[in-house]
Amino acid sequence: MDFALESINLTKFFGMVRAVDELNVHITEGELVGIVGPNGSGKTTFLNLITGYLKPERGQVRYKGKDITGLAPRTVVTMGIARSFQIPQLYLDLTVQENLLLALAIRSGEGVGFWSPLNKESRVKEAFQILGQFGLEDYSHHKALELPEGERKLLDIALSFAQGPQLLLMDEPTSGVSVKDKFAIMDTLVRILKGHVTSVFVEHDMDVIQRYADRMLVFNEGKVIADGTPTDLFTDPSVRKILLGKG
Amino acid sequence: MNLLQKKLLSQSPILLAMAGVLIIFALLPFFIPRWSIFLLTVAWAKAILVLGIVFLLWGGLVSFGHGLYFAAGAYAAGFGVRVLGIHEGLVLVALGIAAGGGLACLVGLLLARYRGIFFALLNMAFSMVLYAILLKFYRVTGGTDGISISPPTLAGFMPPPEALRLVHYYFTLGLGILSLYGAHRFSVSPLGYTLKAIRNNEVRVEYMGASVRKAIYITYILSGILGGLSGVLTAFAIGHVVPEYSYWTQSAEFVFVAILGGTGSTFAPLAGSIVFEFVRNYAFKLSPYTWQLSLGTVLLLIILFLPGGLWSLSKPFSRRWTKWTLHSNR
Repeated sequence: MDFALESINLTKFFGMVRAVDELNVHITEGELVGIVGPNGSGKTTFLNLITGYLKPERGQVRYKGKDITGLAPRTVVTMGIARSFQIPQLYLDLTVQENLLLALAIRSGEGVGFWSPLNKESRVKEAFQILGQFGLEDYSHHKALELPEGERKLLDIALSFAQGPQLLLMDEPTSGVSVKDKFAIMDTLVRILKGHVTSVFVEHDMDVIQRYADRMLVFNEGKVIADGTPTDLFTDPSVRKILLGKG
Repeated sequence: MNLLQKKLLSQSPILLAMAGVLIIFALLPFFIPRWSIFLLTVAWAKAILVLGIVFLLWGGLVSFGHGLYFAAGAYAAGFGVRVLGIHEGLVLVALGIAAGGGLACLVGLLLARYRGIFFALLNMAFSMVLYAILLKFYRVTGGTDGISISPPTLAGFMPPPEALRLVHYYFTLGLGILSLYGAHRFSVSPLGYTLKAIRNNEVRVEYMGASVRKAIYITYILSGILGGLSGVLTAFAIGHVVPEYSYWTQSAEFVFVAILGGTGSTFAPLAGSIVFEFVRNYAFKLSPYTWQLSLGTVLLLIILFLPGGLWSLSKPFSRRWTKWTLHSNR
């Protein structure tokens, strides 16, 4: 069976530290998977290894059966994998609309076109459609720099979504925002992504995981120590001990 | 409203601005002293190269070596006249563009990998290599004497000597306006925005699936083409090319003009270039032995009080302009 994403014995060292240790993960098409784990358990390193930002010492990353281990981020993206970041990675000097238009232009292979305008009518239409989905249309003419943190997070994910991915990796999509905004962001994301895009998100907030993830992976010291539905795993004393410090 | 009408309407503000600039500069020679026509010609010619510097600045890249392309264009015209016996200005312009663009194709292959100080200084290194070649290969290049360029014909027409200066001015103005229009198209194109994105967040650009190196490489070639064109037009105006065109101070001057004008508009390099040429000329006139001091003081004051460059003076007007363009595009 070809999984949407699988890692096979993936290993990454930082000096003497084994950040990811013989990691085996399988993600099925259409799933919404949450990854949890204490700080330093290898969650973000795992995303970085999949998207080619880091190269593993050992092991393989396979996407729809194809070996993508160590490919450059740009190549990984063109294969249909997009990611968002814990700290939103935006073009702060550009407006929200321009950020999105550029993502769409790059997706259509026109990122280095230097004669036709960026704001082509069809592209603007699509950009506004995506901004509408993410509830950002009121900010379209604001510079990304001026956005509140929650909207920055949404724009960061909207940029990845605009790439038309089949697999979306999100690194802490709700970190740094208020409790109220947290659920609003997740409601928006789940509404847009569920059933359309296979999604994996790293999260610290157990409420968010419990409420939104179909499946949960618990990372600890670079390994997956538990894999199952949030409801099952949150009743497991060993998982509770690692995540909450109590059994 | 058909597609052509829509396209024209969306272009109309910039086309109007270009037409305005063209009319002003076309009429200017009738109201200014004759000697200043030469200064304007040189300012326009050099502004074309500065456009290329501004493109790179949008991407967060500073080149201290674009004298390389300026000299390549100028010397291509020089060799075209001296070695190939070409006297047609349009062919010489094509030769200059090919020299600048061709050289940028080669040098850019290496330089598109570098950023920051390495990019700036490697550019300078290449320009100084050319400077040394132009200086030392006397038999071919004329060494410090350079190469004289007799006035070329333009589309087969040789202007009478008394009208030569004016014809060169209009020729430069025409190509300058075309360059400005091209630069405007570039500034609103995906590549123009990709460059700004690269300056903001290079990693994200790669994560969106664009090749940062390719974007910089293409921009670099375009800046080389503009450099070649600028060199050949300057050579026509001055009638002589010298190795100093490739010297690092010439390259630094282009960067200075870019900062002086500002990077906020494609018209800014033109404003910077004109002010620079005239300030330099008057500084030399006022104090022939310490003109650099006067020039430096004036320019420092401008940069101190207008950190966004001379173009920032136009902000109140540009706000109104934006409102008007939004209104006209509705």
